[in-house]
Amino acid sequence: MSKGGDVVLLDFWASPFCMRVQIALSEKGVSYEARQEDLFGGKSELLLKSNPIYQKVPVFLHNGKPLCESTVIVGYIDETWTSPPLLPPCPYGRAQARFWADYIDKKLFDAVRDVVLSKGEATEAAKKELIEILKVLEGGLGERDFFGGKAFGFADIIAIPSTCWFLAAGKLGNFQVEAEFPKISGWIKRCMHKESVAKIIPDPEKIYEFVLMMRKMQGIDQ
Amino acid sequence: MAEEVILLDFWSSPFGMRVRIALAEKGVKYEYREEDLRNKSPLLLQMNPVHKKIPVLIHNGKPICESLIAVQYVDEVWKDKSPLLPSDPYLRAQARFWADFIDKKIYDIGRKIWTTKGDEQEAAKKEFIEALKLLEGELGNKPYFGGESMGYVDVALIPFYSWFYAYETCGNFSIEPECPVLIAWAKRCLQKESVSKSLPDPQKVYEFVLVLKKKFGIE
Repeated sequence: MSKGGDVVLLDFWASPFCMRVQIALSEKGVSYEARQEDLFGGKSELLLKSNPIYQKVPVFLHNGKPLCESTVIVGYIDETWTSPPLLPPCPYGRAQARFWADYIDKKLFDAVRDVVLSKGEATEAAKKELIEILKVLEGGLGERDFFGGKAFGFADIIAIPSTCWFLAAGKLGNFQVEAEFPKISGWIKRCMHKESVAKIIPDPEKIYEFVLMMRKMQGIDQ
Repeated sequence: MAEEVILLDFWSSPFGMRVRIALAEKGVKYEYREEDLRNKSPLLLQMNPVHKKIPVLIHNGKPICESLIAVQYVDEVWKDKSPLLPSDPYLRAQARFWADFIDKKIYDIGRKIWTTKGDEQEAAKKEFIEALKLLEGELGNKPYFGGESMGYVDVALIPFYSWFYAYETCGNFSIEPECPVLIAWAKRCLQKESVSKSLPDPQKVYEFVLVLKKKFGIE
């Protein structure tokens, strides 16, 4: 239950970074208000004031105090609402979870975005990069159910939102993400069985439509 | 309990310096191993197969990679001395935000200063000073980012001070007039043995940068 106090998320429905925060809040059973930002029409005063450095979503406000950067926010949520824990209790397990979260945060979505918002040779190059990253993740997951081990946790929350963009990446990059990476595929299914994930992650077809709209907007497609 | 702590590192790496400082703050005895980055050791490649980079902290045979993750690990394992992260979750989150900002900005922009020239270099210098000014704003009039004592953000940032002379000389500019508060902070940090013993001589860093510039054919 909420620790009391006001929890607001400045959000954008298609942003995997925002989805991370919503999943974490949902895992903890925290009530919150998600306010959609109009990233194309005009960002709100509150967003610009709360995140002057990056001017991006998500911005998390707890009793009016802002936090930015999704992995920082998820860490804060875990430490403030401590049950269920998203990180294992031992320092080495925590370091491993942070390592995968960091790798995924630095690499995965950028690679997906480069595939879907490009064309021709740039798409081919981006696809190669994405495949390399997925190979590393496939190896990193190994025989475990989740990146966190037996339980869904911090690294899984950081990773799972980008996967709703895989359909778009597959269609535009002309390859089958889930077919080529069976362990990742199994992990996605396991994550999607969780209510906190299933209710937050949008339909990949809707993401694909959004991507097509962005491509037109950016002049990639006519 | 017998502890075996090894740090795979490279003398001029600001990322390696972070881990050195954290270990020194905690009074941890460790074995420092210098890597030849042109000929990485089998141990490095085995312990960090994903990135193949230093620093790698190896504690009782188990590797921890990525400098900020290693610093947090050191803070959590040797928790009874010199805590680096605050106990309040909001302050911890703020510290992580600023360490992430430093990671995103300082190294890459600093690198542009010594690897480019002309307009590109001017733009990098401007961006670099802007980033330092934001950090100055965060420091405010505290002695350290961590408050009364050195903390996570101090450890994340102070290594780059050893590269300032190289940036200034290559970029033909001076940081102190623009960011006097930050330079005062850096000198304060250097008074601590954990920092002064972990940072190389800025002149040596500059000489190293000149060698790299020649190697990469940068004017």
